[in-house]
Amino acid sequence: MINRQNRYRIISLFLLVLVAEIASAQSSGARPQIAIYILGAAALLLVVFGILSISENLMQVEAKQLGSDTTKNNFSITPKLSELFAGPSPAYVAGQGVHKLTKGYNINLLGSASKEIKSSKAKTFAVKPTNFRGLSPIPRMLVAVGDEVKAGQALFEDKKDNRVKYVSPVSGEIAEIRRGSKRSISDVVVLADRENAYLTHDIPALETATREQIVEFLLASGAWTLLNERPYDVLPDPDVIPANIFISTFETSPLAPDLGFIAKGKGAAIQKGIDALSKLTSGDVYISLDASGEAAPAPEFTGITGARLHWFKGKHPAGNVGVQIHHIAPINSTDKVWTVTVESLITIGELFQSGQFNAERLIALSGSEFEHPCYVATHQGANIADLISDNIKDGNIRLIAGDVLSGKQVDKADFLNHADNQITAIPEGDDYELFGWLLPIKPRPSVSKTYPNFLFKNHEFEPTTNTHGEKRAFVMTGQYEALLPMDIHLQQLMKAILANDYERMEGLGITELSEEDVALCEFACTSKQPLQKILREGLELMREQG
Amino acid sequence: MGLINFFEKIEHKEAKTTRGKIGKTAVDAVFTFLYSPKSTTAGGVHIRDGIDLKRTMFQVMIALQLCLAFGTYNIGHQHFVAMGQYLGFIEGFHLKLIHGVIKILPIFLVVHLVGLGIEIFFAAKKGHSVEEGFLVSGPLITLIMPPDIPLWILALAVAFAVIIGKEAFGGTGMNIWNVALLARVFVFFAYPTTISGDNVWVSGFEEIAAGVTTQYGWVHGSFNYLFGWIGLDQFNSGGAIINGFTGATPLALANQGGWDEVTSVYSSSQMWWGAIPGSIGETCKPLIIIGMLFLIARGIASWRIIIGALLGSFIMGMLLNAWGATPFMTVPWYYHMWIGSMLFAIAFMATDPVTATSTNTGKWIYGFMIGFIGIIIRIINPAYPEGWMLAILFLNTFSALIDHYVFESNMKKRLARA
Repeated sequence: MINRQNRYRIISLFLLVLVAEIASAQSSGARPQIAIYILGAAALLLVVFGILSISENLMQVEAKQLGSDTTKNNFSITPKLSELFAGPSPAYVAGQGVHKLTKGYNINLLGSASKEIKSSKAKTFAVKPTNFRGLSPIPRMLVAVGDEVKAGQALFEDKKDNRVKYVSPVSGEIAEIRRGSKRSISDVVVLADRENAYLTHDIPALETATREQIVEFLLASGAWTLLNERPYDVLPDPDVIPANIFISTFETSPLAPDLGFIAKGKGAAIQKGIDALSKLTSGDVYISLDASGEAAPAPEFTGITGARLHWFKGKHPAGNVGVQIHHIAPINSTDKVWTVTVESLITIGELFQSGQFNAERLIALSGSEFEHPCYVATHQGANIADLISDNIKDGNIRLIAGDVLSGKQVDKADFLNHADNQITAIPEGDDYELFGWLLPIKPRPSVSKTYPNFLFKNHEFEPTTNTHGEKRAFVMTGQYEALLPMDIHLQQLMKAILANDYERMEGLGITELSEEDVALCEFACTSKQPLQKILREGLELMREQG
Repeated sequence: MGLINFFEKIEHKEAKTTRGKIGKTAVDAVFTFLYSPKSTTAGGVHIRDGIDLKRTMFQVMIALQLCLAFGTYNIGHQHFVAMGQYLGFIEGFHLKLIHGVIKILPIFLVVHLVGLGIEIFFAAKKGHSVEEGFLVSGPLITLIMPPDIPLWILALAVAFAVIIGKEAFGGTGMNIWNVALLARVFVFFAYPTTISGDNVWVSGFEEIAAGVTTQYGWVHGSFNYLFGWIGLDQFNSGGAIINGFTGATPLALANQGGWDEVTSVYSSSQMWWGAIPGSIGETCKPLIIIGMLFLIARGIASWRIIIGALLGSFIMGMLLNAWGATPFMTVPWYYHMWIGSMLFAIAFMATDPVTATSTNTGKWIYGFMIGFIGIIIRIINPAYPEGWMLAILFLNTFSALIDHYVFESNMKKRLARA
């Protein structure tokens, strides 16, 4: 029963007693008395601690023998620190285990989208080969300019693996094929019909179909492009069976859209999607639910069956699927897992209901530079100018497809990326500011305690894109680790990437990370280091190595 | 906006000669100090936290201000106490303050001229902007020197610390050893008589012996005109050190005869409040604690290192109390905070994020070992009764090793899971 850890404890206990013995033997006079008392007290404490830790281990062993899930429940004689400090679990969790993440930070910004849906006037839509990591820059085109296509009809395919079809989100006419550097294809633009005409596929019966048949169906219908494989965030290889599939049903990033609102009334499609996905993995489908809110998450999510539900409570990045995977079933270096967004899940579910690839999306327009932040109903890859033209303020504005931490800067002529569900608009900050580093004119979001922000918990900030300082070498330590709720030494990992040290990169857990997971750390970094860029370079290096 | 235009014009000019580059780098440093730059995010995050290295370093400067002010005054106080004049702490306030300022200002200026000069030169050479590290190193070096340090030795020490200790490793953020402590350790080993013994801690005298007189120069003289005009007391040359004044620090006394010897000269409240001879900034414990708490509250200094170091020193102090072989060992463990530079070193030197360990586990070990070894060196080293400088530099050397094992254990855990 004496494992390694306990052996150290017992040895150190004996050492301490020995030292106390020697100390008391050599002592003379009254003065050192207090030292002896303290040593004695410490020894007593250690004895108690030893007994406690042995019984603790016994509990764990007992739980393991009974086959209980030790990750979900606390089999310990003492409460976990997080259980003591993270507050009680909300009532709607109904006694199920909650992953309470104490690290993280919510950036509170002005301009969250109000829950009203406007119909969009988007006329052009695009599919971007650059959205799919691993796809060759010049895919094989299956259509030409002027062709009529239906929604769900293949536009192009990969030269390396022609099983994966990349399909049109709407029906219409191919208006343009835009090219980027070295004649790579950047956008395939479709001018949409007034009414969407869908390509309808034969649906395999979920109960009887083999895995191969379902995979084939997803590949042919274009739904395969909705899946994401970790590590490295690439399109999954059809020949690899994922260890698990993870779906996060909430987002915690700044001004993030409410996925419960997006999924409203789509419960049947979601359940169908889960049923389909659970046939594709050798493990389980995991759904993570938000336990931070006062109200329970949407019934569309809590009512899911056939998947394992995990509750998460914490600040950003608790809603990131990468962080959740770390706490549910961490990715091992040889494993592949899939992640699926809620929108993709709905599309997959509807595909199995109707046989049609329905790429309808609700896009949240958020940020201080929108007149009326709200949701717009459109399809994947919509033109940005069409979506925002009657809603955006004038001035020097940065448009971001995605959130302010890990979104991509776009201009009005661009199209949404295939996984986007949000457009953020904030003012540019290209101004000098007198003693800006010391006495800022306007309140600005900050994790640092050198600003009195912690006194104003509910203030909604209006940040600009100013860097508030220049890039420096890594100076402060522990900053990233205090914000990332994962057991990863992020600063050291960054240094390992910069040094091209593959062994350390892998050992320190690079495969568990994605850009969005480190975005908050990049925001808070005193030295203004580009963590997401460094991480992506490291991930690409690892991917090339295989 | 005229000033911005002036600076922008220089920013856009291309410097060709070395002198031009150095000038441009210096102007750029002033510019970014006055105005935060207009650069915007590109790629990665779109908004950035309001904190940057300037703001971070400035917090430490704020935390040091009280120590700096007290240290300045205490230079004058010790000077007059040696002559048996103005024994009350606030008697002769203007004389003590002016004497202190006259002593500290040249030190402060030399440290910054040499240090910042080298920083700007290297920044221009490497083609990047001046980094903020010296904003903290400068005041720290000032505060850990004896008041009468010869300025040429000081200049050499600062040059050594900045060139060999920092720029050779690549600048701010890359150094292995604490820059301020390197400057002090240089003086300690190269010119030991200027920084140890009983003669160096009281300013204004050739040596500390009864009957040695002080001679004021023209700077004091010019203030005499002012004081005479207002009708205040003036500096009078020829004041002699009184019989029985040794200038010994509490540490030296403790080394000779233990706590009884110390308390025969200084009361414990005197040591706590700081009216004792010593390095400029190290004497006043309450103000150091205020600075320490300020840094912890602002999230700049690591509380793990501070608590670890205090714990380490307490435990070692207790063990040596129990041993009790020499008079110094019998000094009660809780009185070690009262004397010497222990608190100052733990609050401001050990917590330097660059040279300390970077992991939380590492910080506990690092802090604990500093406290533990610092007391060992202080008490057992026969030559010099103080240990923090050497203990911290020693642990600086090993901080990467400590971190290495923390990382290794993290990697092993990950491997074991696979």
